[in-house]
Amino acid sequence: MSTEVLHNNHDHHHDHDAEATSKVVFGFWIYIMSDCILFACIFATYVVLHGNTYGGPSGKELFEMPYVLVETFLLLISSFTYGLAMQAMYKANKSQVMMWLAITFLLGLGFICMEINEFHHLILEGNGPNRSAFLSSFFTLVGTHGLHVTCGLIWMVMLMLQLNKHGITAITSRKLSCLSLFWHFLDIVWIFVFTIVYLMGVM
Amino acid sequence: MAHNTHDSSHGTVKSYIVGFILSIILTVIPYWLVVSHIMSGDSLVFTVVIFAIAQLLVQLIFFLHLGTSPEQRNSTLSFIFTVIVVFLIAGGSLWVMWNLNYNMMDH
Repeated sequence: MSTEVLHNNHDHHHDHDAEATSKVVFGFWIYIMSDCILFACIFATYVVLHGNTYGGPSGKELFEMPYVLVETFLLLISSFTYGLAMQAMYKANKSQVMMWLAITFLLGLGFICMEINEFHHLILEGNGPNRSAFLSSFFTLVGTHGLHVTCGLIWMVMLMLQLNKHGITAITSRKLSCLSLFWHFLDIVWIFVFTIVYLMGVM
Repeated sequence: MAHNTHDSSHGTVKSYIVGFILSIILTVIPYWLVVSHIMSGDSLVFTVVIFAIAQLLVQLIFFLHLGTSPEQRNSTLSFIFTVIVVFLIAGGSLWVMWNLNYNMMDH
């Protein structure tokens, strides 16, 4: 690697990094597309099973809409603040990147805590995933999304540690770009959870 | 010129703000329509789905920067391919299950 750097001039090296970055980011995009298909299958399962409540409560009786709206806003705002972190990255402003990432992390953490609280209440009231086919598919769909968000949060902490140590390099900005795609993707999945599970559930 | 393509694939602070405001609006309106019981039945379902799709497009364009410029083309094409696959899997499953349900009913 060091000889390669010596033989190339600065521009060449920069081009090589940019090309590698675009390949990695595109590869990660392909993974996200496969994740889309996973979510589509779980959504289809939910839509098929949502009426099978086995005498238990339906979504209309269980869902608290103002609570869900706050969750939605937390995720929506976190998507926006991640975008601001990316803009700070292009300006090579490390402290701003760290600040926006920290805010994004806290918003995402708030979302996950609210979701765990919602699940906890449902299970305590005897409406856990074993209650009916509707609740099994509900916990599978919303839980899979929550698991993705949790992974994103762990990844974000790791990236902040790396940024702190190495600063904004070709490698850390590549990782930031991948997490950016992942985070915005989770926001889009949540829009469909919000619409199909919650809005249509309480109609 | 080079600066323009840079903006289209990376976005700007301004484009993020526009996208963010649009997503807030596209979240609040369907929420309000549902909780206020102004509309009901199929027309409400249809309206809410339209808002979700509009929100999807806003986020794809303003946050994920999908577009038609050369560096965005591969991502956009793979996304369109995925939409077709999702339509076949999810739409097909729902179609089959709906028919199954209909034919298994006592009537």
